[in-house]
Amino acid sequence: MDNISATIQVVPLNHYILLCAIIFTIGVIGVLIRRNAIIIFMSIELMLNSVNLLLAAFSAYSGDASGQVFVFFIMALAAAEVAVGLAIIVMVYRNTSSIDINILNRLKW
Amino acid sequence: MSLFYFVAFLSILFSLLVIFTKNPVYSVLYLIATFFTFTIQYILLNAQFLAVVNFIVYMGAIMVLFLFVLMLMNLNKETEPVKSNLVKIIGVIAGGTLLVTLVGSIKALQTSAVSQLPNSNIGLVANLGRVLFSEFLLPFELSSLLLLSAMVGAVLLAKKDKRTQNG
Repeated sequence: MDNISATIQVVPLNHYILLCAIIFTIGVIGVLIRRNAIIIFMSIELMLNSVNLLLAAFSAYSGDASGQVFVFFIMALAAAEVAVGLAIIVMVYRNTSSIDINILNRLKW
Repeated sequence: MSLFYFVAFLSILFSLLVIFTKNPVYSVLYLIATFFTFTIQYILLNAQFLAVVNFIVYMGAIMVLFLFVLMLMNLNKETEPVKSNLVKIIGVIAGGTLLVTLVGSIKALQTSAVSQLPNSNIGLVANLGRVLFSEFLLPFELSSLLLLSAMVGAVLLAKKDKRTQNG
């Protein structure tokens, strides 16, 4: 237990911010370069998770438990979001026999 | 200390593999590996409750849901829609500028070192439960409503429509 909490004192907070920024960016790039709706959804999960990790790191560094409670709420929200989003994707697949999001372009104009 | 950098490297590697793998099933598997590295990060931060919840909810429930939907749709490499290379390059450049902006703002940010010695048992279940059921009782109850409505909505959306017979 001692060497676990020693991690906090050695790794600076900036490195956590850097790691989470990189992973968030990877999620954004995933949304931009893929056309498969499920992969786009997974990239959104990646972004949510990087924010979760950053909130937990801030909470641990500032000694405030509220951040970790927020992470708990974000996880509950992500579960709801995944259920509804996957239902929508299943419905889209049933109607168009494809999950290419470029088919769903009628909302563009 | 070096464990943190190793795990951080692994999570970046796996998340890159998630978005650059052609086969969607492999993508889901790499995403599971990414979430596992996040669980290790939570353990390193001594946030044990979050580690357990991340392990059970994300790797257990959400990823199994993704895998089930993928297998319902019977996707593979051949049916994978691909964007043109120009759009891919533009997307990577746009993401890179976002990263540069974020890193620049981190550089400008003056984070002090750990001001006070952090309370090391902050992420334990007992402590978080006390905070959750005293300060955050109303949001906790509201999240149950959110989950209920999400469940009803998911069933309603995924149900077969009676009017369209081909569905």
